[in-house]
Amino acid sequence: MDASTSLPPSPGFGVTSETPRDPHAHDASHEHHELGWWRKYIFSTDHKVIGIQYGICGLIFLFFGFSLMMLMRWQLAYPGQALPVLGKWLPYFFGANTMPDGKMTPEFYNSLGAMHGTIMIFLGVVPVAFAAFGNFVVPLQIGAPDMTFPKVNAASFWAFWVGGLIMLTSFFVPGGAAKGGWTSYTPLSDISDKGPAFHLIFNGQTLWLIGFIFLITSSLLGAINFITTIIQLRAKGLTWMRLPFFVWAQFVTAFLLLLAFPPLEAAIVMQLMDRTAATSFFLPAGMVVNGAPLNISGGGSPLLWQHLFWFLGHPEVYVLILPAFGIVGEILANNSRKPLWGYKSLVFSVLVIGFLSFIVWAHHMWLTGMGSTVSAFFQTTTLLISIPSVIILSAFFISLWGGSIRFNVPMLFATAFLPMFGIGGLTGIPLAFNSADLYLHDTYYVIAHFHYIVAPGTLFGLFAGIYYWYPKATGRKMNEFWGKVHFWPSLICMNLIFMPQFLQGMLGMHRRWYDGGQGWTVGGDHVWGLTGFQWNTPISWGAWIMGLAQIPFIINFFWSIKHGEKVNDNPWEATTLEWTAPSPPPHGNFVTTPVAYRGPYEYSLPGRDRDFTMQNEPVEPTERTRRKAVEEPVLV
Amino acid sequence: MEIPYTISTRPDTGLWNAKVGIWLFLASEVMLFGGLFSAYIFLRLDAQPGEWPHGLLNVPVGTMNTAILIISSVTVVLAWAALKMRRYRTYWWYMLATILCGAIFLFVKLYYEWPQKFEHFGAFIKRDKLEKYEPYLGNKHAEEKGLPPRLEISGHLHNHEALADPNIKEYEIALDPVNADPANPAMDRPHFLYMPPTEKIGTIEKEDVERISSFGPWHSAYFASYFTITGLHGAHVLGGVLVFIYMWLPVSKRLYQHNPEHLANRVEVCGLFWHFVDLVWIFVFPLFYLL
Repeated sequence: MDASTSLPPSPGFGVTSETPRDPHAHDASHEHHELGWWRKYIFSTDHKVIGIQYGICGLIFLFFGFSLMMLMRWQLAYPGQALPVLGKWLPYFFGANTMPDGKMTPEFYNSLGAMHGTIMIFLGVVPVAFAAFGNFVVPLQIGAPDMTFPKVNAASFWAFWVGGLIMLTSFFVPGGAAKGGWTSYTPLSDISDKGPAFHLIFNGQTLWLIGFIFLITSSLLGAINFITTIIQLRAKGLTWMRLPFFVWAQFVTAFLLLLAFPPLEAAIVMQLMDRTAATSFFLPAGMVVNGAPLNISGGGSPLLWQHLFWFLGHPEVYVLILPAFGIVGEILANNSRKPLWGYKSLVFSVLVIGFLSFIVWAHHMWLTGMGSTVSAFFQTTTLLISIPSVIILSAFFISLWGGSIRFNVPMLFATAFLPMFGIGGLTGIPLAFNSADLYLHDTYYVIAHFHYIVAPGTLFGLFAGIYYWYPKATGRKMNEFWGKVHFWPSLICMNLIFMPQFLQGMLGMHRRWYDGGQGWTVGGDHVWGLTGFQWNTPISWGAWIMGLAQIPFIINFFWSIKHGEKVNDNPWEATTLEWTAPSPPPHGNFVTTPVAYRGPYEYSLPGRDRDFTMQNEPVEPTERTRRKAVEEPVLV
Repeated sequence: MEIPYTISTRPDTGLWNAKVGIWLFLASEVMLFGGLFSAYIFLRLDAQPGEWPHGLLNVPVGTMNTAILIISSVTVVLAWAALKMRRYRTYWWYMLATILCGAIFLFVKLYYEWPQKFEHFGAFIKRDKLEKYEPYLGNKHAEEKGLPPRLEISGHLHNHEALADPNIKEYEIALDPVNADPANPAMDRPHFLYMPPTEKIGTIEKEDVERISSFGPWHSAYFASYFTITGLHGAHVLGGVLVFIYMWLPVSKRLYQHNPEHLANRVEVCGLFWHFVDLVWIFVFPLFYLL
């Protein structure tokens, strides 16, 4: 901890950080020469650098995971046909058995499906939503100089990095990456990738498990750091009810990661034992594989895995969405120039979601036949959890009411988040009911439902956050025009991809079919003029066009580091503490130690010449008589 | 730049940073071991009568290890108290005692308890052949007494080569006391004291055996849980011992001379972790050794 005093000054990239106002500028520049580039940008313990590292790694993984899906979409739309151009080159990359003559094998299709889910969730969205934004923004928003444990923070990033590397390596071992789906249900994943053709450790499924242990360690270290930082390092006067909503969202997210991941770690250790030490945690007696009985003790339970997996799996869904809620809340308040409506109900809703998310997991397991009592319990909790979600969404919509809205790029993504998340949430209600889910389970309907939440939902929240906080990290804005070129095709393609999947699902099309439903009767049923199978074609084209639509973003992101429009420290005229720091903030973040005198969203206060009042502006005597609500600053 | 509240407490929370951090870490550890113990309960409730073994572990040795861990929990508190009183020499001795306790615990586990299990074999008899081995199993006696059926004949395997060689038709096992004298009422319940295999050799035909294995993790759901949970617990003990060694070495004396309160805080945080590891063992011991 005290070693962190000897660290480099510049946290952002592209722009020199020492400002003339920095009282430690001389010391800092002195140490700067000693530490050099590697310690400053790669093996840094500065929360801003770690946040940016997480962000860039996470975005790369997001695009990689999306590319896997773009490949799968070819097989779904044109099953058994050779993939033009790329199909010739991909076997050189992934191995000769994956796409002979450009035609995808079923095994490779399964690998892509499992790794798409794993990479998108655990290597893409969580690192960006929780780790990147949390690391970069939370200490700034609470007026802290850094995280409480900077070295632990760096360890968290490197554990993530190793975990990601192991996951990627698993594509290149004999037999390819894990094939058991992102849920790795047992007993399938206990017995897959095993046998004479596979190495005991270096096979897809075992590497998946080992990689996961690193990812869980990374989340654990991050979560401890976040919670401790928020409890211990809030600025003077920044009481709990003055925290920006984003900090609350990250706080609850950190608790979910802290408490939900370890049971999965336990399950992963057990599956690892099953695969390497011949135990039978998840294998019942009498298992027969390829006609031969397995030499195992039995006595295990496949359902045990499902329980432990979904005990993480459901809180994980809220890990994906809560940070996006936080980001969207900040941007809506800022761009409607109004306080966020119902701040306290938002905070309590997030807390209630956090609590309830631990007791809904079995709604992923309706098909296992748990009996009506258990089902009734989990149906009730599942419906209860929709109440705080609806409160949050309603509060966001009401926040827009009567505002003078600025439709800049962050705001476009944030407003698009609202209906997209709404569609995703409402379509989840039929799945919450045992009876309806029996029909819809494992169909494309489920795919469409949760993708509406995480793709145009969370991902749009993340894009909004990137455009919004980019000026804080670099001192420059991303280009508005190219931002809109990024936004509109993405929005249209998202709906083109996922809306027809509801229809396919309601026809009964199964989510894991290798041929896209071509060989199945229900795939031939018509809806809106096309058969279920034929709908794959527009969906796939939507996915590929959306891939192209990310190019303006990628170019804009890197181009703007050096060439974006230069802006001041508070370009969005926001109120929270991160905008009082220089852009990019120096090591230690603030020029003067910030003190908070008021709530986080004091927009359009009457009787002021500006329409925003920052949290560190003292309460004036006149204001105190006029507005009783503004309390004395609580100094600690 | 200095991170605030690394050593002193924050006035409104009354805590320094690492103390918040360690309690959060312990919360997640509770969930980790909670997951494993739930799995134990889940599998045990699922087990058919006679499939969950009893009395296979060495209770006196387990009791001794329990006592050793509890003593080490006391010594680590005394070490911390000595630091608070600024008596480094006393601290050094108590820390050494803690490290030795942890090391003895690990030594007993790794060099005595675990290896013994790998030497011990059990043969599960096919359900339709149970009657044939009535002299070893005593299931009539068990039924009269209302005990669960005995499905396994265990002891030291004399002809190890029989495991691999298809020409050998029989296993020869130096029987455990329960299989040597199954109708003896003294064998109805597990014993507190460890009872080694007897001189009596039991002969079991290979074709009557459903499965034979040593008492490793592959033996049963019971041993799978036992090795996984004690293994993970042992890893925690090892981690604690390594950290304590670091705090006991001269490098920490320099920290003490520079800032004694900082070292005391470190010992307190690691002591909390050590108490937790101790607490996990307090659950492991009855669940695996006694119940």
